[in-house]
Amino acid sequence: MSQPQAASQSPPSPQSDGADSPLVVGGVTLSSRLIVGTGKYATYAEMARCLEASGTDCVTVAVRRERLLNAAGENILDHLDASRYVLLPNTAGCYTAADAVRVARLGRELLRDMGSTAADWVKLEVLGDRRTLLPDPVGTLEATEQLVADGFTVLVYTSDDPVVARRLKDLGAASVMPAGSPIGSGQGVLNANNLRICLEYLKDGDPAYPVIVDAGVGTASDVAVAMELGVDGVLLNTAIAHAARPLQMAEAMKAACHAGRLAFRAGRMPRRLHANASSPDEGRIGSPAPP
Amino acid sequence: MTSPEPTPSHVAFVVNGEERTAPRGASLEGVVAQMVPVGRPVAVEVDGQVVPRAALADHLLAGGERIEIVTFVGGG
Repeated sequence: MSQPQAASQSPPSPQSDGADSPLVVGGVTLSSRLIVGTGKYATYAEMARCLEASGTDCVTVAVRRERLLNAAGENILDHLDASRYVLLPNTAGCYTAADAVRVARLGRELLRDMGSTAADWVKLEVLGDRRTLLPDPVGTLEATEQLVADGFTVLVYTSDDPVVARRLKDLGAASVMPAGSPIGSGQGVLNANNLRICLEYLKDGDPAYPVIVDAGVGTASDVAVAMELGVDGVLLNTAIAHAARPLQMAEAMKAACHAGRLAFRAGRMPRRLHANASSPDEGRIGSPAPP
Repeated sequence: MTSPEPTPSHVAFVVNGEERTAPRGASLEGVVAQMVPVGRPVAVEVDGQVVPRAALADHLLAGGERIEIVTFVGGG
């Protein structure tokens, strides 16, 4: 029987029966497998409601200049309970390793000023260009090496290139976070096979190593697809913030993440080219089946 | 750090891209206090180096510094 894609679509071995183990990144246990961004919401109040509905306990934030002329204005920290969420500062907008390291250090100082227990966490992005927002792999590797040496827990945004993914883990990244598709594009997982190879490489002999799909999610099924591949979590932002009804989408993302994880652990049936009847052939009434 | 600013009573420096002045002898803590509401977490960088909160009071402005005061904003 022809099964042309069987080999490439075999999922990683699901974990055994029993309770799922939680997502642990850099020694910190997260109760949710969703990491949710805080950008692009219409209001801080809407953001806060969506974060709650998503079930996340880890949210990304960006580091930017304090608006000195509007210093009395609202600040996102007025709407984020730092005792409830692990704040994960990003280096978004950095196009060189040097800039990313600089911004990461400022983010760490902000977290320290807040008394955070996970002040050394950073979501590293070193971008290649504004049009694609794809990572610059060389700069990303350089910055990862420097930040790890400086004591950071580095969760690193990268492409779905398995070779680069492995290099980043070898440099000490706490989590490698391949993009499903370009940031904010909503195209979902474009190359599931690359993600499978990333998982194979990154979890070889180290099944608990956290691999998180970062970027590209457009709707709930994209989260489920990623989770069914066996990734440990999904990081998303725009898919909730720019949904027509963000609060409902936040709930959908939570459900999809849960469903995808359950399906991965359940172990999907093999794909078949031909049909396979669910009702028994034995005792069937009528004329013989055509060949 | 740069050479002292020529004005006898004030030093000039740049904060978040804007030129500012402060009385000679002013500390970084004073600059931050003028610009950021009390209690809001900040991170401060002078000429590319992070200055921890605890060191702001002892960091006196010599003039010519490029200072960045940052906070968190929404992001993905």
